[in-house]
Amino acid sequence: MDLRLPSKVLEHIFSFVDSNEDRNSVSLVCKSWFETERLTRKRVFVRNCYAVTPAAVARRFPEMRSLTLKGKPHFADYNLVPDGWGGYAWPWIEAMAEKSPALEELRLKRMVVTDECLEKIAASFKEFKALVLTSCEGFSTDGLAAIAVACRNLRELELRECIVEDLGGDWLSYFPETLTSLVSLDFSCLDSEVKLSDLELLVSRSPNLKSLKLNRDVSLDALGSLLRLAPQLVELGTGSFSDKLDQEAVSKLSQAFTELKELKSLSGLWDVLPEYIPLLYSVCPGLTSLNLSYATVQMPDLVELLSRCSNLQKLWVMDLIEDKGLEAVASSCKELRELRVFPSGADVDETNVALTEQGLVSVSEACPNLESVLYFCAQFTNEALVTIARNRPNLKCVRLCVMEPFAPDHKTQQPLDEGFKAIVEGCKGLQRLSVSGLLTDKAFEYIGTHGKKLRMLSIAFAGDSDLMLHHLLSGCESLNKLEIRDCPFGDTALLENAAKLETMRSLWMSSCGVSFGACKLLSQKMPKLNVEVIDEHPLKTRPDSSPVEKIYIYRTLAGPRLDMPEFVWTIHKNPEIGVSNLAIE
Amino acid sequence: MSLEEELQSNVSVASSSPTKNTAGGGGLKVHNYFGLSDSSSVESSTLSGRVEDDKATISLKATELTLGLPGSQSTELDLLSPAKLNEKPFFPLLPSKDEICSSSSHKNIVASGNKRGFSDTMYTEKNWMFPESVAAQSVVKKEVPQNIPKGQLSTTNNSSSPPAAKAQIVGWPPVRSYRKNTLATTCKNSDEVDGKPGSAALFVKVSMDGAPYLRKVDLRSYTNYGELSSALEKMFTTFTLGHCGSNGAPGKDMLNETKLKDLLNGKDYVLTYEDKDGDWMLVGDVPWEMFIDVCKKLKIMKGCDAIGLAAAPRAIEKSKMRA
Repeated sequence: MDLRLPSKVLEHIFSFVDSNEDRNSVSLVCKSWFETERLTRKRVFVRNCYAVTPAAVARRFPEMRSLTLKGKPHFADYNLVPDGWGGYAWPWIEAMAEKSPALEELRLKRMVVTDECLEKIAASFKEFKALVLTSCEGFSTDGLAAIAVACRNLRELELRECIVEDLGGDWLSYFPETLTSLVSLDFSCLDSEVKLSDLELLVSRSPNLKSLKLNRDVSLDALGSLLRLAPQLVELGTGSFSDKLDQEAVSKLSQAFTELKELKSLSGLWDVLPEYIPLLYSVCPGLTSLNLSYATVQMPDLVELLSRCSNLQKLWVMDLIEDKGLEAVASSCKELRELRVFPSGADVDETNVALTEQGLVSVSEACPNLESVLYFCAQFTNEALVTIARNRPNLKCVRLCVMEPFAPDHKTQQPLDEGFKAIVEGCKGLQRLSVSGLLTDKAFEYIGTHGKKLRMLSIAFAGDSDLMLHHLLSGCESLNKLEIRDCPFGDTALLENAAKLETMRSLWMSSCGVSFGACKLLSQKMPKLNVEVIDEHPLKTRPDSSPVEKIYIYRTLAGPRLDMPEFVWTIHKNPEIGVSNLAIE
Repeated sequence: MSLEEELQSNVSVASSSPTKNTAGGGGLKVHNYFGLSDSSSVESSTLSGRVEDDKATISLKATELTLGLPGSQSTELDLLSPAKLNEKPFFPLLPSKDEICSSSSHKNIVASGNKRGFSDTMYTEKNWMFPESVAAQSVVKKEVPQNIPKGQLSTTNNSSSPPAAKAQIVGWPPVRSYRKNTLATTCKNSDEVDGKPGSAALFVKVSMDGAPYLRKVDLRSYTNYGELSSALEKMFTTFTLGHCGSNGAPGKDMLNETKLKDLLNGKDYVLTYEDKDGDWMLVGDVPWEMFIDVCKKLKIMKGCDAIGLAAAPRAIEKSKMRA
């Protein structure tokens, strides 16, 4: 008896399956489920653009309407990946233009996007609706103009922290008068001035505009007039908040803010002068997300502002908030889920010493929904970590950056092993962890033993030996992304646990002790991995025992990539190189 | 054989493991990074203790301006040699690869104790506060640490060659370049070409030879050199006291009365600044308005260290070029 459900029924059922993880699981059940699922998947996420070819993706998902791609490894954010490494969007855009011309949305992160790419998008996808570029580079404002002019149904254009060659603000004027569909516009990372009149016209003909993030160049005055045109905004990123305004202008601006009845998210606030903070008071009670990470506001003013934000769920702020400010957050922002505290200074010497571990402890005590933490701090203690773990076992993401490498517990001078042990032991659902401070191999033994749900782990200046890596690779069952820099392990643990690497998305290791020979061996034994040796200063002859600068290993179905620069070596470049005598039984 | 035992026996086979300093035989001895074996927590606490004690000395030394290569002996001689004087920028300089590998690099570990094991010879690709001056500054990629002999930590004393400049580690702290650049311009936004009204502050760092930390001043809060120098003198009095004492200079009372400029004229200290081109110049030679336009950083140097710095004629020449 045929127990298979007809595909129409399956389709209907699958239409309720949204998340990609679930869809991936669905597709593994059996062939017919695989087929039905693939024919109905609209949103495709490719988290490593080199893991699979564009053609394969287009072939598998003919109904794809939204594509999300990630390119460079995460450590590229910190200048650890040399320019020219890769992550080019062009092959994807070219392939999709041909095979998936109905594509509507493209979201790219850490990729190289050229003007040519943007022009191709504009020319090829007739129903194009959304372009979201995060931490991308390689294009200019000319490319934006191409998108503006051609995409008649554009809904979203967001440039998040991109590096754009800014040739002027004209691009904005290319949006045709017929474009009324805009929902979200973010040009906060651009430098030059856009014409206010163009912006006002655009905003006034966009009744669906919910999110507007201006660049620094937009003055306070201009902000006022824009807010009056778009009181329906849900997300606002202001421009510069420091012009001197006369009393009348101030009260008009204040009035404009009070009209923002729907506002949930506020960001920008560059250069904000303390005397303008009260302008924001009227929107505070409604805010769920507040990004003050570029606002050089001192603690007392921050306290005034934050004590009014009783519904805040996400807070990004600089260490200017100090422990005292965080205490205020703890008592006022009971709904807090995510806290990020960034350093206001460039290095350890400039770290605000009035922000200590105590600030985070206070928030962990008082905010029951706190799940995600990013915290830059001069120093920390085991005691604080233990307390935080006890207070907040529901933490999912803990990224602690003690600014000074190798800094021990500043009270006991001990390594922070025990503190992180408490975190991984207590926070059973922990998915992401970044460690710092003085750590021995023990810390990693704890992480390997307890961090069963850990997916992403970032490590720098820690550990003593290969044991650290061994603990992680053999213990962390859910490990997906591992990035390590400046740690003293060699080849052994890596080679011992080679099989693990196929279960992970990627592994980054830089300034560690892995040898060239080990890389070769790994490449030979694990053909489903790309083992990239990144070395900007390679020795003329590379003996097997020579340590390599940087290694990026990722699983892939696409085989060796075709766009490798000079300084990236994989075994595919020199297949005739024999196996070294590093064979591990 | 358990996996860990396997691992131990394999360690002796792997030729490039940094833990190969195991004394004798196949047992895996757990070393902390610096090659100190076992009871590593005890070691590191002793280590840190020593570091703490000498912290004052170290950080004072660490801020000392030298023209030598990072990690090399800082000598007056180097400063005075004509060849070096014309180099721009004055610091940091680009050390050659060989020198990085030399013993001078491990002295950096020594001097900074527990903290800078990997940080010798590291430079940021972008200077945090002043991204525009990156082009002027040389950049060196971090050398792989395996070249550094370990276990040297306990042997050398702390008074030998500290890191010459506050060498920064590439990609550390882990803050996105976008953020770094944005914050840099937040502090100095009035520097931009399209010019905002001068209401915003213009902060520049001020460092002083022998002072343990940097200060910042808002150049826009002064209207002439006199005000700037009084302010700096007030800020750095505590440090000059120490130095003057050792030089057998006049006592405390007299010091408070003299302006820094007089002190400068007394050849003890010189106020210098780094301009947009990355050159170090003597303060005071160009008109005030022009000065605040070009000044990126201030440094109070020992008079003898500043010999050969751009003197008046050159400064004026430069200002003519700009006009």
